Amino acid sequence: MRELMQALREASVRAILEAEDAERLENLRVKYLGKKGELTAILRQMGKLSAEERPAMGQLANQLRAEIESAIDKRKTELTAIMMEKKLEAETLDVTLPGIEPRLGHKHPMYNVLDQIKDIFIGMGFEIVDGPEVELADYNFTKLNIDEGHPSREWTDTFYFTEDSQILLRTQTSPMQIHAMETRPLPIRIIAPGRVYRKDEVDATHSPMFHQIEGMVIDKGVTMADLKATLNLVVEKIYGKGTVTRFRPHHFPFTEPSCELDIQCHKCGGKGCPTCKGEGWIEVLGAGMVHPKVLSGCGIDPDVYSGWAFGMGLERLAMGEYKITDLRLIFENDVRFLEQF
Amino acid sequence: MKLSRKWLNEFVNLPLEQFDDKRFAEAMTVSGSKVEVTEDLSGTIHNVKVGRILSLEKHPNSDHMLVCQIDVGEDKPVQICTGAWNVHVGDLVPVALHKSLLPSGVKIEKGKLRGVESYGMLCSLKELAADVHDFPYGEIKAAAILQNYHPIDPLKPSISPLIQAGDQIFGKVCAAKVTAVENAGVNLWNCALNLGGETAETVTPCQNVHEGDLVAFNTEKKTICTLADLHAEQKEFPNCIEDGILILHEDCRPGDDMAKLLGRDDHVVEFEITPNRPDCLCVIGLAREAAVTFGTELELHEPQVRAEAEGNIADMARIIIEDPELCPRYTARMVRNVKIGPSPAWMRERIRNAGMRPINNLVDITNYVMLEYGQPMHAFDFSCVKGGQIHVRQAREGESIRTLDGTDRPLTPGMLCICDSDRPVAVAGVMGGENSEIVGDTAMVLFESACFNGPSVRRTATALGMRTDASSRFEKGLDAEGTLRAVNRACELVELLGAGEVVEGVIDEYPGRKPQTTVKLEPEKVNALLGTDIDEDTMRRILLDLGFTLEGDTIYVPSWRGDVEHYSDIAEEVARFYGYNEIPTAFSGGVSTAGGYTELQQTERFLGEACRAMGMDEIITYSFISPSCYDRIGLPADDPRRDSLKILNPLGEDTSIMRTTILPSMLEILSRNASRNKSASLYEIGRIYLKRPDGLADEPKMLSLGAYGPGTDFFTLKGWVEALLKALGAGRPHFEAVKDNPSYHPGRCARVSIGDTDIGVLGQIHPKVAANYGVQDELYCAELRFDALVRVKGGIPVYKPLPRFPAVTRDLAVVCDRQIPVGRMTEAILAAGGKYLKGCTLFDVYTGDRVAPGKKSVAFSLTMLSEDQTLTDEHAEETMTRVLKVLEERFGAVRR
Repeated sequence: MRELMQALREASVRAILEAEDAERLENLRVKYLGKKGELTAILRQMGKLSAEERPAMGQLANQLRAEIESAIDKRKTELTAIMMEKKLEAETLDVTLPGIEPRLGHKHPMYNVLDQIKDIFIGMGFEIVDGPEVELADYNFTKLNIDEGHPSREWTDTFYFTEDSQILLRTQTSPMQIHAMETRPLPIRIIAPGRVYRKDEVDATHSPMFHQIEGMVIDKGVTMADLKATLNLVVEKIYGKGTVTRFRPHHFPFTEPSCELDIQCHKCGGKGCPTCKGEGWIEVLGAGMVHPKVLSGCGIDPDVYSGWAFGMGLERLAMGEYKITDLRLIFENDVRFLEQF
Repeated sequence: MKLSRKWLNEFVNLPLEQFDDKRFAEAMTVSGSKVEVTEDLSGTIHNVKVGRILSLEKHPNSDHMLVCQIDVGEDKPVQICTGAWNVHVGDLVPVALHKSLLPSGVKIEKGKLRGVESYGMLCSLKELAADVHDFPYGEIKAAAILQNYHPIDPLKPSISPLIQAGDQIFGKVCAAKVTAVENAGVNLWNCALNLGGETAETVTPCQNVHEGDLVAFNTEKKTICTLADLHAEQKEFPNCIEDGILILHEDCRPGDDMAKLLGRDDHVVEFEITPNRPDCLCVIGLAREAAVTFGTELELHEPQVRAEAEGNIADMARIIIEDPELCPRYTARMVRNVKIGPSPAWMRERIRNAGMRPINNLVDITNYVMLEYGQPMHAFDFSCVKGGQIHVRQAREGESIRTLDGTDRPLTPGMLCICDSDRPVAVAGVMGGENSEIVGDTAMVLFESACFNGPSVRRTATALGMRTDASSRFEKGLDAEGTLRAVNRACELVELLGAGEVVEGVIDEYPGRKPQTTVKLEPEKVNALLGTDIDEDTMRRILLDLGFTLEGDTIYVPSWRGDVEHYSDIAEEVARFYGYNEIPTAFSGGVSTAGGYTELQQTERFLGEACRAMGMDEIITYSFISPSCYDRIGLPADDPRRDSLKILNPLGEDTSIMRTTILPSMLEILSRNASRNKSASLYEIGRIYLKRPDGLADEPKMLSLGAYGPGTDFFTLKGWVEALLKALGAGRPHFEAVKDNPSYHPGRCARVSIGDTDIGVLGQIHPKVAANYGVQDELYCAELRFDALVRVKGGIPVYKPLPRFPAVTRDLAVVCDRQIPVGRMTEAILAAGGKYLKGCTLFDVYTGDRVAPGKKSVAFSLTMLSEDQTLTDEHAEETMTRVLKVLEERFGAVRR
């Protein structure tokens, strides 16, 4: 019997090691350890043994069972690993094939730039205000110190809805200064982006409709130094740290003193190149201290309050940012254009 | 405004060597006179010298070229070959030497011409980029030189090749041999002629006549014939051309630099002058700015007029200003015995370098004064001014004038004119009339130096379509105080140039005299505005340098500074010369504001983000459209949306009305893309403009969606709208079929609403409308009201515990009439399903053989859930019963 068991041990271990898949392994388990298996068959012969021999043989048999079970388990683990390997091998992909890309939409490039600017001002405690595009001449001109007879009021320059030249399409976002001063509590810190209209034929740099961003601060003790500090910061946020700026006297009827802000040409560093038309500087925006006449016209005492305002063209900014060479592309809305931003 | 640096230096000493263009431009720009561009005129011409012709010989290998020996101020003469025949020994000519540069960019080098060394080139006017206005004596007349005759038909020559001196050519014209030529003044030549025995002498202006030439001589008129005199064509005398070398009659010597002679030893600075500073549109105005900018002395000159001619203007002319509103001042002086001729080189150069053209001494004087003082002037032939009276009045109905440019211009009341006793002789401040133009020497000229109302001049110039140098200055509003000095300067120049004799006296009508503006000097206010700490003395010094005067705290504003009237203007003057870039940068502090986006702005941003997340690109479209758009989108004639705000002066029909619907804008962009791109999904948040009774507009925003392309259908679009509403946290939307929206497919259009809030319309664009936009594809659009989207937006979401018990799903298929909208059934199921019913999803609609004709089978998947127990079959059955009951009662649907 001992010999039988030894033979079974050797045969089973060999067979188990040679089993090549889980099914065969299971068959071997049944074959050796099952109710009708070979070990059971050997154990059935226990009855023929003497009482002295039985415990030892029983122990041997249990040992053999454990050995076979362990061999089966070991082989099972091995087989699982092999099968996993095979499966993974079979599942191998060409990872250089293209992915399935969901199509995301694109923000219009000009509004990309606008949102960037809005965020900058929001960060500085400004609010964004919105106002009418069909506007009264009073707001677009008169209250901004632009008198009757000023060339910009001509019908060759401004779109009108009434023969008496009283209702028009706003030519600038500056009337929002007046609306804000008339309706908002002081102090005021606003920007007012929006559409404006001028009678310009469409070409690579002109459009009868374009966008401006107006900005205004009214508070006690606001100075030109404050204007410079704020706009320098804004320009740095738009054009990057270390951008060199220059303030240059200019003229707007509704600010005094007035200025324009130039940045040093980033391409040539101020030496003069085609980008800056040889000037070394690129004009960015117009600004100035709100004219005391405009303040008092809106019921704000210029002896108590002062303010500054600025205005900038959005199209030119976006065109500069993205190197867009033709303004018409902005309003053409070709998907191949929009997708680039 | 173009400024000659040389001219500027007459008033303020800023040598070019010390203040190069870059330094000058930068300093002027930051003090308020923006420099656009600077140009070194000498850079365009180099190594071109004055030469004197020492000898002329025929070229050994050419029948039309000459070999010249020329003194160019060097030790030895240089040899140059030329094909021009208008030169003579002794002439001073421009010589482009070896390694020279001409204004055209052409470089000249030495070389051989038909085997003969030529050390450069003699230059014509054109080669020097000049014309007869710069060198009025540069006009060339050519005689017909008979040895140059080339018959058109060699077999039938008009002039025999054997012709000799004395032979008749035709009539009184015979051939003559030139035996001697001697200069007789500018462009005049004494010629001795041999007429074949007889001799003759004549003076000819033709420059191409030389000793030995055979010429045609008119024995009756005693003149040498030109081509025109012989009725000959140019090709018959190919080298007898009215072109050639510029013969100089200037005060110059061999070796002098031509650049200097041409006035090109100058630098020109072009300024962009803001409209509030018309005083800077002249040399003196800019000189004043430059003097303060660089801290140098401004040296002005007071014109001195001798006025030695007989009489007094007061006895000769009368000025009557009938409309003092439009003409605050009219100043005039009289000049007798005017002799028209070229003005001197220095004046021509300056005029030319300032960007104008020299014409003649009188015109040049008026332009010179305008450029120097900024005061436009006009000169009338006073003999043409009827009645000796100048009336400054508005044009009368039916009047017209032929202006100096030769155009007849009808005038209308409102246009200010300078008139004699019965007709206009000039359009005030714009252009003179031909009827009083100075065409030649004349006995009496009246110089006008006046001030006209700016807007009036601008309107007149615009209406007549003729913006002139004068009108563009007047329209900005000129200084009325400047007219007298300007007219005196003109008269001083008349005397200096010997162009006429100035009559004593000035007529000076000045009804519009204004009191001098005063402003109080308040240094603390100026500093408070600027954020600076500038001392009062600095402020006073800047103001004095600019020509302001001060008495105590009172600032007297100079008359030419109409833009200064307020302490903020004073602050700007101080800041400009203190330096904008010297003002510190400092945040004022003040009361802090919270800032931030409003809820409306946040919603707008969010909608944009959601649209982009679904793959739509953002577009920006024009707010104005063409009225024909309403036809193209199929609006009926009486549709209220046709009542748009109309622009009275649009650029064109296409941009003439404000849109009352956003659909045409989207369709236009879809159509543009359809011809170029396979698919597009677009959105815009834009305004529409609805007329208000007060004439202004309500300008609500719309969210406009548009798409076409493979895989895009009604349900794509509807899905977008549903997803947008869900993202907003809005309640369940209600979709209702719309059959009568003329822009949309009658079977594929829906109105969407939530509760009582109408949100908008969506659907497939009617194929007819798509065709109107040139598109064959199916186009899908939605027009959603932004205010409605804001209204239905949900609040902050409140957390609901996740279900602890499993959901139960039951499928339910019912058969009903085909027309019943599934959406209504879903709504009914959800409303009637009871507390366990959480969801109802459609998963199949079937019409076909297995249901009766006119019927359809609709299958829903119902999800049931309880928050406090596991649902049993009984619970599920109870729900199903409720659902079936409502479906049967409402829609006659039965379980399949």
